[in-house]
Amino acid sequence: MNLEELKKIREKAQRELDLRNGEKAIKVVVGMGTCGIAAGARPVMATIKEELARQNIGNVTVVQTGCAGFCEQEPLVDVFLPGEKKVTYGKVTPEKARRIVGEHIVGGRVLNEFVFAQEK
Amino acid sequence: MHILDIAQNSLSAGSTRVEIRIREEVKADLLVIEVADNGRGICGRMLNRVTDPFVTSRTTREVGLGLPLLKEAAERCEGNLEVHSEEGRGTKVVARFQLDHFDRAPLGNIEETLSVLIGGNPEVDFIYEHWVDEQEYRLDTREMRQVLGPVKLDDPFVLDFLRQDIRGGLKKIGAARFHKIMEVLR
Repeated sequence: MNLEELKKIREKAQRELDLRNGEKAIKVVVGMGTCGIAAGARPVMATIKEELARQNIGNVTVVQTGCAGFCEQEPLVDVFLPGEKKVTYGKVTPEKARRIVGEHIVGGRVLNEFVFAQEK
Repeated sequence: MHILDIAQNSLSAGSTRVEIRIREEVKADLLVIEVADNGRGICGRMLNRVTDPFVTSRTTREVGLGLPLLKEAAERCEGNLEVHSEEGRGTKVVARFQLDHFDRAPLGNIEETLSVLIGGNPEVDFIYEHWVDEQEYRLDTREMRQVLGPVKLDDPFVLDFLRQDIRGGLKKIGAARFHKIMEVLR
């Protein structure tokens, strides 16, 4: 690993951190049980992170979770916007993931056609 | 995919350190994949049965179909699977494959696997070592944390760098995934 290069990344990330200090955090949870992984959760996770980095969005934490019991709906992705109810997307593909980042996380619009469940 | 699955076992066993080692020995025509952790381990009685899909998937939470599938993949390539474990100390899974075997599944996108593991578990120490004969690529999240200071390992910029560094590093040491033939097949 090129640790010199990593130092530069640290500075870049640090600047970003300072900028968004105070902004509220968004959380995204990807189902990464065996069923999720088998259904393609890994590229979905990677796409979400790439897309966030590409669009320079820093206030989003992406975490993984185990099987939620709806294996047939995997890959499942939960989106928690601050102050709003949880939205769960089912059968997510990298393509859908890209739109979730762009339209829901950035734009604040729920993509109803991909929603599997929504908190009442 | 196997590596991600086996490493997830390590994480659910409460490990704070996961070491993933890959060795491609071209002359010996051997591929060795090793995942070692310091989790809670598997008790002796269970250890004999971890590769039996029907027993294990119903009786433990730590080990499901992951190990049996890996065992089958290794044996299909004239290799084998060993699971060493000591209760309370950790577990080591070693899978051997014939490197050039026709049925050997490609190693796949290891940078994606690692970025998912590290990004999802930034507090866990991950060590990744990949040899192609004498050439080595090495990554240690403890070293990364030292350089990063207050910046977290799951920062999107850091993960992006991580993926690129692994990809570049593996290409440089001549990992099988980057051989010409793989590009043709792709």
